[in-house]
Amino acid sequence: MAKIKLSNTKVEQIKAICKEFNNNKGELINVLHKTQGVFGYLPAEVQEVIAEELGVSVAQVYGVVSFYSFFTMVPKGEHPISICMGTACYVRGAEKVLDEFKRILNIQVGQTTPDGKFSLSCLRCVGACGLAPVVMVGEKVYGRVSTDSVKAIIQEYQKEKCS
Amino acid sequence: MDTKYKMYLLVCGGTGCRSSQSNVLEERLRKHLKENKLENEVQVITTGCFGFCEKGPIVKVQPDNTFYTQVTPEDAEEIIKEHVIKGRQVQRLLYKDPDKKEIVHDSKHMGFYRKQLRIALRNCGFINPENINEYIARDGYAAVAKCITEMTPQQVIEEMKKSGLRGRGGAGFPTGMKWEITSKSPGDQKYVVCNADEGDPGAFMDRSILEGDPHSVVEAMAICGYCIGADKGLIYIRAEYPLAIKRLKIAIQQAQEIGLLGKGILGTKFNFDIEIRYGAGAFVCGEETALIRSMEGGRGESTLKPPFPSVSGYLGKPTNVNNVETFANVPVIINKGADWFNKIGTEKSKGTKVFALAGKINNVGLIEVPMGTTLREVIFEIGGGIKDGKKFKAVQTGGPSGGCLTEKHLDLPIDFDNLVKAGSMMGSGGMVVMDEDDCMVSIAKFYLDFTVEESCGKCAPCRVGNKRLYEILDRITHGNGKMEDIDLLRNLSKVIKDTALCGLGQTSPNPVLSTLEGFYDEYVAHIKEHRCPSGRCKDLMKYEINPENCVGCTACARNCPVNAITGERKAPHTINQELCIKCGACIEKCKFNAIFIR
Repeated sequence: MAKIKLSNTKVEQIKAICKEFNNNKGELINVLHKTQGVFGYLPAEVQEVIAEELGVSVAQVYGVVSFYSFFTMVPKGEHPISICMGTACYVRGAEKVLDEFKRILNIQVGQTTPDGKFSLSCLRCVGACGLAPVVMVGEKVYGRVSTDSVKAIIQEYQKEKCS
Repeated sequence: MDTKYKMYLLVCGGTGCRSSQSNVLEERLRKHLKENKLENEVQVITTGCFGFCEKGPIVKVQPDNTFYTQVTPEDAEEIIKEHVIKGRQVQRLLYKDPDKKEIVHDSKHMGFYRKQLRIALRNCGFINPENINEYIARDGYAAVAKCITEMTPQQVIEEMKKSGLRGRGGAGFPTGMKWEITSKSPGDQKYVVCNADEGDPGAFMDRSILEGDPHSVVEAMAICGYCIGADKGLIYIRAEYPLAIKRLKIAIQQAQEIGLLGKGILGTKFNFDIEIRYGAGAFVCGEETALIRSMEGGRGESTLKPPFPSVSGYLGKPTNVNNVETFANVPVIINKGADWFNKIGTEKSKGTKVFALAGKINNVGLIEVPMGTTLREVIFEIGGGIKDGKKFKAVQTGGPSGGCLTEKHLDLPIDFDNLVKAGSMMGSGGMVVMDEDDCMVSIAKFYLDFTVEESCGKCAPCRVGNKRLYEILDRITHGNGKMEDIDLLRNLSKVIKDTALCGLGQTSPNPVLSTLEGFYDEYVAHIKEHRCPSGRCKDLMKYEINPENCVGCTACARNCPVNAITGERKAPHTINQELCIKCGACIEKCKFNAIFIR
């Protein structure tokens, strides 16, 4: 992974977050949540600062980041697309919908399109099983998605760029 | 509810209905009320989930009890103009009985609600979850007041034991007994933990309770704290549930403001406060020891029991962990008495259970039924039967830890013990219905894929064993299985169940074992005949065009995403098998039944 250099303001921002939680190592997960909320992802350099501040090893921070699926070490696309792979969505054809997204965007799950516009991921149940299969783009939920509607969903966000 | 209003419009604000723009609908209702200068006479209230997600968004009008279904933002104006102003119901939005095609006015008489009994969900869809006064108006916080002013901790525990309430998170451990053990564990500091890490795919009952009635959980945690001698409660909730988190935060703050949380509650010496901790997307954290490790800021790896959390839990202190739904039952038991509660249900499973009904069923939604209700009643009466008139094949209960139940189990009364005997389990209450188009080998593979990804990796049986199970299932679905694989699956499953460290591994082979038991023939068809009877396994099927039926309308060719179909207009088409990705788009578009799967 490419090495990035954190600016001083960013380092200070991370330190401030740690301080909010009293530099308590028991609050590591909360610190990571908040940091990811600010930076969008958790690259190694950010983890190093957090480890230093909370007084734990970088390995421990990395261990936690890599354990939980909510944390990511690569930046997500501008419009992160998540396909619900909960059982209810699965039996109502989520797999086919996912295949269609993969085909149109030409990326695999966990990847971002070269223009940084879309990233693709799977998630487990958003609790809107009545609308299965469900797709989320950012915060917006699309229900009863069929393979036919995939193109239209993507176009909705591509148009933004033109206008 | 505030009595100054003449009419109330209750709009579902659960995640399902929100996803169908119920928030926009609410705004429009308010806007049209204002335009007609009715904002001081009619109140719009955001409630928690009504349960009937299939027909969402739902709007209920009080006091006349009108139940509108599938309301869109565009319908707001008509509801205000017709119903509110002229007193005429908007007929097209009323619920119609799917069989009799008649309008059903009162939700109590709808097939979906008729057999339900709502205890844990008592307030969902009735109150505004962001207003503590509405909870108090429905006997809220009366139970905690009764406990701390009139009862000793031991008396409360006895009441809980007498009620027969068992943990709703999956294992069904008696709640009263758990509280007693924690209360007797020596320790200067103890903790009450609410497990809101609902990780089962297809289960959303805890989320709906937290979104629709967060105060019931807050109150119950305080009662538990009083019983076990803890002054601190922690709610461990998934970060994926932003709305539930928001409402919990509001509930805790409101309770603190009026002195129902904090120091010296209701003038007694009892202190209790609650903090929220966030999960970060790990299914194993629903297991209590893993949950505690995660709350301490580490990787969510489970540890060997004993010591149980009741003895040594969060930060090594005695900790009582209960699930959201379990807590939601507690205030009702205290208010109405254990003797009222233990008359509901079966001999060993008392009370009700909330199920998230999903999959190939007509009425997807959240339901609560007395223990002992049969699967048939749930699926065919409440659930309204199978979608598109297809044939029932199986129902999966208990999520990745449970199993698939078949037609022969349909008249089984649902309770903790019966489900285990049938090779599944209650779990947290997910119920996914499958029809004839679902391949059971693929379903088993789907669950194993989930377990492999979610295993914490600490013990070898779960980390390595489940991976091997997955690989065997994978090769069967690709047509490369051997008959010996079936014995291998059985043996390996047994070893994993016997030797895995925690509940996740000990139950992970259940989907394999139960599908082998109920659908052995399907496994054999995949292995011996290289055929998937349900036509789901791509490698085992071939789309072909019957030239006798094909009229050459070109619909399939135009819709094929990979241009695998060719042919002259008005002449039979053919599919190039090398290019075909087996997506099924052609079969959906063909109006002449000319395309079939071999």
